Amino acid sequence: MGLFKFSRSRSLWMMHFCTGCGAIEMPPTMTSRYDMERFGIIPMATPRQSDLLLVTGYLTVKTLKRVVRSYEQMAEPKYVIAFGSCTMRGGMYWDSYNTVKELDLYIPVDIYINGCMPRPEAIIDAFIKLRDMIDKGEANAWKNYRDNLDWYKQNQAKVFDINKWSAKI
Amino acid sequence: MAIIIKILEYILIAFGVAILGLIYGGIGRKITARIQNRYGPPFYQNILDVLKLFGKRNEASHGVMFDLGPVIALTGILTSLMFLPLGSSTPLISFEGDIFVLFYLLVVSPLGMALGAGEGANPNATIGIARGLTMMLGYELVLFVSIIPLMIHYDTASFYKLVQMQGTFPNWNFFPFFLSAFAGLIALQGMMGLQPFDVVVAPHEIASGPMVEYSGRFLGLLQLWHAIAVIVETGIIADAFLGNGGAGWFILKTFSLFMIVIMVAAIFPRFRIGQAVKFYWKYPLIIGLLGFLVLFIWR
Ligand code: SF4
Repeated sequence: MGLFKFSRSRSLWMMHFCTGCGAIEMPPTMTSRYDMERFGIIPMATPRQSDLLLVTGYLTVKTLKRVVRSYEQMAEPKYVIAFGSCTMRGGMYWDSYNTVKELDLYIPVDIYINGCMPRPEAIIDAFIKLRDMIDKGEANAWKNYRDNLDWYKQNQAKVFDINKWSAKI
Repeated sequence: MAIIIKILEYILIAFGVAILGLIYGGIGRKITARIQNRYGPPFYQNILDVLKLFGKRNEASHGVMFDLGPVIALTGILTSLMFLPLGSSTPLISFEGDIFVLFYLLVVSPLGMALGAGEGANPNATIGIARGLTMMLGYELVLFVSIIPLMIHYDTASFYKLVQMQGTFPNWNFFPFFLSAFAGLIALQGMMGLQPFDVVVAPHEIASGPMVEYSGRFLGLLQLWHAIAVIVETGIIADAFLGNGGAGWFILKTFSLFMIVIMVAAIFPRFRIGQAVKFYWKYPLIIGLLGFLVLFIWR
């Protein structure tokens, strides 16, 4: 069992859901300058194969639907890292009519990275922190999602159900 | 009693080969990383990946065939391992004509994969399968053409005999049949599905093709298949052209071949599927056919 846990934290396949400005910070993190493959983290093509979902910036209501769907396709155990102030409190889009302000209401987030935009060092730091959390058994947001599915679904329904409202504008 | 020992021995060999293949893969990733001026993952990274995949839960399934696909793929490659002489050791099964059986069995794995992925009904998987089967037309032909001169020269179709007859270092088939060996090496590149022939799984284009719907344990089985396939495929070329020798020599030879393939892969972009098949049917095929001339000159 210990070996499985060890391998789980040392081999994270990630899917970067490249919304917002954060996508541009991923290439340096992956390539020669910062090289995240040394921690066993490699980009994967589909949510089914990946363990780690990166939400790299603000989400509109439309993209949130896709994020939730991708998140639900991932096999457990799964982890989420959210980038930038936009995912925490809306950031500079705090008063926008169609961005999602708090990602935590819709999918469970393990780690937030502060900043607008976080530098690759900060991203690597978050990866290491996630690795330690998995080792200690603290990265349990996916269990949270399963246990409180009703609450999450309610919150999701609240924002997804704006079709009638948006048709009026 | 003897049969039980043989079976146990085979299970041990299969485990060893799987772990060896995973380590090759890890070292390959490391070398690719060094070529790209990165640090790269530890050499045991692929073993961790497989362990992690087997520890996952809640995999998506799309039906019985979908689940059986990876199993068929793994079975196919394990069966072909039975026919492959690992160095000078006798393979589990060997008879006159087993080269043809071995080559047929190599096709079983991609077919199993195709059957399984087909039930996933993902358009990306369908494209990947179509490309994989088309690509097979390319490299299989070249592989056959590169091996046939050896079978004519030694007048046998048993892989074990062929390996035994060629002897050790100065008598390697590689020296007289270097044209065929070169064609075989190009076929190996496509067989392993590495650049420039990785259009089958092109991750950025068709989201890893046939593997697109697989997750968790199924993906773990597929990783094991890839790991064993690395040894079997490099092993065929090593056995056919690089002489026989002990298990240590076999590992050294397959590893060197794998290094060549990885280094070529690290610096090439990928062909389109049409270009790849056209390429195979032009240059390596011509080189392979020229290899037949050696039979007339050298004998
Ligand atoms: S936090 Fe800043 S950098 Fe990140 S998505 Fe929002 S505005 Fe862009």
